[in-house]
Amino acid sequence: MASADSDTQPTEAIPHAVKIIVAGGFGAGKTTLVSSVSEIAPLSTEEVMTEASYGVDDLGGVEEKTTTTVALDFGRITIGTDIVLYLFGTPGQDRFWFMWEELAAGALGAVVLADTRRLDTCFHAVDFFERKGVPFIVAVNRFEGSTEYSAEEVREALDVPENVPVVAADARERKSSKEVLVELVTHVLRSRQAAMSG
Amino acid sequence: MTAPRDRVPGDPWDGGRRGPCAGGDTSVGVVGGSTVGPLVRPYTMTKGRTRPTGRGGQLDLITLVVAVSDREEDGREPEHEAILRLCRRPVSVAEVSARLDIPLTVVRVLLSDLLAEGDLRTRAAPPVTELPEKKVLQAVLDGIRRL
Repeated sequence: MASADSDTQPTEAIPHAVKIIVAGGFGAGKTTLVSSVSEIAPLSTEEVMTEASYGVDDLGGVEEKTTTTVALDFGRITIGTDIVLYLFGTPGQDRFWFMWEELAAGALGAVVLADTRRLDTCFHAVDFFERKGVPFIVAVNRFEGSTEYSAEEVREALDVPENVPVVAADARERKSSKEVLVELVTHVLRSRQAAMSG
Repeated sequence: MTAPRDRVPGDPWDGGRRGPCAGGDTSVGVVGGSTVGPLVRPYTMTKGRTRPTGRGGQLDLITLVVAVSDREEDGREPEHEAILRLCRRPVSVAEVSARLDIPLTVVRVLLSDLLAEGDLRTRAAPPVTELPEKKVLQAVLDGIRRL
């Protein structure tokens, strides 16, 4: 049955959708961050890729097709009647780079979640966003038992430029995750303004 | 007392992530003499097509689609029916994929069918290379602050 809404709004406007990427190594807390702010329990969508597998020369040049499934976790925040924000976690493994391209296209910006126990796992993300010109910030996620590093130490270790914010975060806390997102969007707006004024 | 909107049992918006074995044998049909499980062979739903047609080629992960409500038609494929039921309000391509547990590539083909038939509509997407406008960014910032 048609709802009252659809009767009064025959051509309901479709909201504008925007996305933010949450990147970082495997286990850095990407899905934790997404779920702490998302209005829906994080969803997982799958991309099935059929690719010719290389490196099977031992089989005498027999070309094999392998099917790889990449899962993308995401959440949603309804900003208003006209804007919906999606938060996408990147696939944790490097071999799924092809998905990063699609994720980065048109993204508002990205949060690189750093785990100080394994800082090297987010080098790729930092490189990628710099190369693609996607504005990003680094959020250092707190883990039990990890040594506390200052934002400056992390900045230096990751070789992140001065104008890129590096903030501390606790992805389990909604308030903290929210602050990370506020920091990112503020940074995006600031970068935009800087670019406009020359 | 009140469960969050997305946790209400039976809510079509609930769940969406079913394991690869969801439905088990009951979801396995016999087509043309061979056993076909939708998740084992996702492209059977698209009759072997792997690329969306027409405007479907522009479907991004976050492109929002909504069913054109006044269209009733018999004989639609069950997957198409399921998508239209889900899209009574605007839903992103990624959500359609996740809620119906259909891989993205397959969902894009099915959505392009529905767009071509006029059963779905979508917002004209700006080129993906274009960053969101400043007023959109400001609205997003205000919205996150209100969380």
